[in-house]
Amino acid sequence: MQGMSPIVKKVTQLVMGFIFVYGIYVITHGHLTPGGGFAGGAFLSGTFILLVLSFGSNILNLRREEEEASEIEGLAIFTFLLLAVVGFLIGMRVFFGNFLPKGQIGELISAGVIPLYNIAVGVEVGAALLTIFLALVIYKEEISK
Amino acid sequence: MEITLSVLLLFMIFGAIYALFASDLLSALISCGIVGYGLVICFLLLRAPDLAIVQIVVETITLIIMVAVVLDSTRHDLREKVLIREKGNSYINAKYVFNVLTVLVLALFFLFFFNQAIDKLDAFGEHTTRMAKAYIEQGAERTGSANLVTGILFDFRGYDTLGEATILFTAVVGVLTILRLKGHK
Amino acid sequence: MIVFILCFILFLVGLFGLLTSRNIIKIIIGLSFMEFSVYLFLVLIGYIEGGQAPIVVEGIDIQMIVDPLPQAMVLTAIVIGLATKAMLLSTAIRIYKKFRSFDIRKIRSLKG
Repeated sequence: MQGMSPIVKKVTQLVMGFIFVYGIYVITHGHLTPGGGFAGGAFLSGTFILLVLSFGSNILNLRREEEEASEIEGLAIFTFLLLAVVGFLIGMRVFFGNFLPKGQIGELISAGVIPLYNIAVGVEVGAALLTIFLALVIYKEEISK
Repeated sequence: MEITLSVLLLFMIFGAIYALFASDLLSALISCGIVGYGLVICFLLLRAPDLAIVQIVVETITLIIMVAVVLDSTRHDLREKVLIREKGNSYINAKYVFNVLTVLVLALFFLFFFNQAIDKLDAFGEHTTRMAKAYIEQGAERTGSANLVTGILFDFRGYDTLGEATILFTAVVGVLTILRLKGHK
Repeated sequence: MIVFILCFILFLVGLFGLLTSRNIIKIIIGLSFMEFSVYLFLVLIGYIEGGQAPIVVEGIDIQMIVDPLPQAMVLTAIVIGLATKAMLLSTAIRIYKKFRSFDIRKIRSLKG
């Protein structure tokens, strides 16, 4: 896959950081504002898709990136399960129990473990979508050779 | 509200019908985008901002992936259809009629159950929350989360989210397995 | 009531595309129309006239919040829909590489 024109590359350089930070904001404020892990994870993967589309497939070592994204996805889903099991062992003895203090409604640090679940799901969704996209790009590169 | 939604839905239905009968795969995908982005506006009107954010990003990524799949095949496919028409084979033959009849039978089947279900439902806009009453009244205090959708998703209905994460993981493993070229040689 | 019926018509359009198209990509498009109509139907059921988004802030009337349960279910369904669609598309691209066509009649004729 070829890269695009210098205008597209420059605009990508300018915009990409803001989209990434906005994705992190959507994930971490998921318990206060609309959004959450699913939407923020899609934003994070969209950043990397934009990077690969505008700079071409030579900018990154795609195969290594794909392996790493797959590993990160596995680690994130493991973290999600681990939090649920910790909720089972500590406190109320309920699977998916909320074992941290709830705090004040509307504060950033509140709602117990829900922000941690949001972060785990956000990383998982982002890594999954990025893995699917990179697998397609690698496949198209290989059959075009 | 109902009139606005009806106009939007009619627009989406016309887009869907055009997408199914377009002769070019790329324009079919663009009209598929009409339906997807119309759905975003419907979600915003129905007071579901979480769903609108997720749907607009997911629709964009789906369009990118679909265009990437279709891109180098469009012209080839178009030429093929013209060839079939030139050879004298009609587009409508016995198999096509059979398929349309199957659609009609299935449509009547679904219509029966839709008719049964619509009697039990409340009219549009007059929903009484029976199941979610406890979630709305005590959800904010019990989970500590101001956004009730997130509270339900990760606290009351945690098993559903776990199942969703498992399905996503399985789909990614499936895509990696299907698209792997090495091992076949 | 007319909104529910239009939703059902969108479902039937997707069903028509799923069963009568000969192109794999159009079959996937028809399947996604069926998905969209089901998402919209579930969210339409939970809507209350003049309701507010399900976010608890100061001074909100707790009786006028739209039903958050269908929204939470549809939120997971959208992401699952994307994953299954990606898997179908990767199957389609493998079929295209082997038979050089998206037409299902050719695939059927080449089956063993």
